[in-house]
Amino acid sequence: MSPKNARAAMILAGLGFLALAATLALTALEDNIVFFRAPSELAEKPMAAGVALRVGGLVSEGSVQRDGLDVRFQITDLAHQVDVRFTGMLPDLFREGQGVVAEGRFDASGIFMADTVLAKHDETYMPPEVADALKASGRWQADATHPGTDYPDATDRKTGAEVK
Amino acid sequence: MIAEFGHFALVCALCVCLVQVGAGLAGARSTSADLIRVADMSARAQFGLVLIAFGALTYSFVVSDFSLAVVHANSHIAKPLVYKIAGVWGNHEGSMLLWVLILALYGAAFSWSERTMPTSLHAHIIGVQGLMGIAFLVFLVLTSNPFARLDTAPFEGRGLTPILQDPALAAHPPLLYAGYVGFSITFSFAIAALLDGKVDRQWARWMRPWTLLAWVFLTLGIALGSYWAYYELGWGGFWFWDPVENASLMPWLAGTALLHSALVAERRGTLINWTLLLAILTFALSLAGTFLVRSGVLTSVHAFANDPARGLFILAILVLFTGGGLALFGWRAPASSNDKFQPVSREALLVANNIFLATATVTVFVGTIYPLALDALGGPKISVGAPYFNAVFAPLTIPFLIMLPLGPLLAWRNDRLSPLVTRLAPAALAALLITLGLALTRSGTPLLALVLLGGAFWLIGGALTDMGQRLRRLQNLTQTPLLSAPVAHAGLGVMIIGIITATAWREELVVAATPGEALRVGEQTLRFDGVRERAGPNYTSEQGRLVYLDGIHEGEALLPERRFYEAERSQTTEAAITTDLAGHLYAVIGEPAEDKRVVRIWYHPFVAFIWIGALLMALGGALGLAGRVGRRSHAVSGARA
Repeated sequence: MSPKNARAAMILAGLGFLALAATLALTALEDNIVFFRAPSELAEKPMAAGVALRVGGLVSEGSVQRDGLDVRFQITDLAHQVDVRFTGMLPDLFREGQGVVAEGRFDASGIFMADTVLAKHDETYMPPEVADALKASGRWQADATHPGTDYPDATDRKTGAEVK
Repeated sequence: MIAEFGHFALVCALCVCLVQVGAGLAGARSTSADLIRVADMSARAQFGLVLIAFGALTYSFVVSDFSLAVVHANSHIAKPLVYKIAGVWGNHEGSMLLWVLILALYGAAFSWSERTMPTSLHAHIIGVQGLMGIAFLVFLVLTSNPFARLDTAPFEGRGLTPILQDPALAAHPPLLYAGYVGFSITFSFAIAALLDGKVDRQWARWMRPWTLLAWVFLTLGIALGSYWAYYELGWGGFWFWDPVENASLMPWLAGTALLHSALVAERRGTLINWTLLLAILTFALSLAGTFLVRSGVLTSVHAFANDPARGLFILAILVLFTGGGLALFGWRAPASSNDKFQPVSREALLVANNIFLATATVTVFVGTIYPLALDALGGPKISVGAPYFNAVFAPLTIPFLIMLPLGPLLAWRNDRLSPLVTRLAPAALAALLITLGLALTRSGTPLLALVLLGGAFWLIGGALTDMGQRLRRLQNLTQTPLLSAPVAHAGLGVMIIGIITATAWREELVVAATPGEALRVGEQTLRFDGVRERAGPNYTSEQGRLVYLDGIHEGEALLPERRFYEAERSQTTEAAITTDLAGHLYAVIGEPAEDKRVVRIWYHPFVAFIWIGALLMALGGALGLAGRVGRRSHAVSGARA
């Protein structure tokens, strides 16, 4: 191979690699974007079964039913609720009245089958998506009964449980 | 009083910093020795003053002075001393003070370093480093004053978030900052060279040890953070592609590219412009990381700040330095250097390395920024999780792994492939045989995982071949840089083995267990003995007990806990982990379910290889530095003799 051809081959190989990377990134991005929906948005515009989704809000008071590993509960933004079912270990701060985000998909009967449930480590912290959802449903109260307003600098790594 | 003293020291540091910039930049023009001495002394004084401020804040934490807002919000009398100290950087204000401290430390260290470089370059670097000092000191004093007082001093603090009360996490921020703030010096090198208008091989030679130093710290910092997340969060994972993790990974990838391109610049005098650009971008990514983590746009354990003014301020610093740096680059970058390569040469493979690392940086950037940008522009709320990053990273890594072992064995300028084939044949054969063996014995391993494992074996084999050759050339201990590359490359291979095996061969059991029940995970059987209550120094806990019924650990017990921290009104999961080199058994307990208890157990084969690999990589970097320091003291003692 002459030096000129070799150089052209190098450039082509480099460009090929970049094209491969761009294709991979774009298809992976398309396949792996997960939308966030609040219960009110879902009441207005239901999501098709089987689409990956994140639903956030508060765990409805009195809605949690456990049966061994199986847990059923409702996520509410105090205007509408979504029925959720989860199997596995819930995060530390999963409580009735606490803000949570569930990742999963709806089944044919309209129950949200969560494969991950995220809560926060700090009792006084609210996931921002949940706070936004509550504000959107008009039920946000900036007082101590609704967490998220008390410790503005609280730390809050997502803690969660997932089932593969 | 001590706190006011600290506050005053910060303001003085800012004033000294102004002198540093003035004297540095003017000194670079006039090359007046006096001005440059003033700039050097200012850099050291700035460090001394920030250190005083940092000491004052640490003192306030140790004596629990709750009249300080940060101490009140992040400390508690009942907290152990080491976490009172770690609490200094376990909050926004304190961690930014640590940032500034390390920034000043690098400036001071540079002022003490060797004086072989032209005075104008030296003075410019001190000046530019001072500019960053000004920006961050103003940020600290105006928006994030760690010494702000409360009008009435409370009797008790709110405590430090329990998951941050951990030895690894006490050390994680200082190491991480020593890493990505370390890239401030390489940024200053690039800007100074552009201001100077003179960039050459020698410049790259002076810059490279600083790059290496920052890179070693960043590697250790990321590894420690990952290990902490692994054992503390109780999810059994070691990397979550969390935006905050990505914020530290991006400067690491760019910094790794910079290390390698600076090598080409130093040895061949080419790729100079690219090296300048990478030096600017690596620090820009460090600043972007600081912005992401500190502005509150992200929700994570690291996001302490929710005040929008702080976010805007850091964004302004980011735009100013990155934009300024890039504009200067566009205006002053030397006319295209002669970047012609022969395809079979070490520099050609280093170019391939840079293409890979730059692409990897961009893919992480896209996945991290896209959801934020969409949300900021009023679009839908989305998240891009681990599947995206895995789907992009795994295939891209394959060609990179195949090429990597060739580079260090090729000569600079021009080489032939045929001798290389004979030299690397044993490594290739060994990698192939081991991979085939695994494919036969470990049925069910995904093809992609097998290919990546094969790539990792090939990489280690290549590194050992390389090491063998270099050991023969090694004559004395000042030549440790010779071993730097093979050790670091082998470390990468070891790390990849850990990542792949711990992911592809992972076994998991989630069960609601009755006391006395036998549980089987992987090759092990354990008996669940139930849960008892226990009291710790500043928490109460439920402790589960699992006893090995067979294997080498027979009779030993695992004691996973759930801890309740009264002061912080918080709860954590403490995993119990059996740490064998061959794999970790990792157990956590969950909620009671009637008379049963939710128990989750993982088996992670070879997971320790991930952190061992990271340590080897850092060791490789350190070997590269040790030789330089050794050579320098050697030269000094030689001169004296």
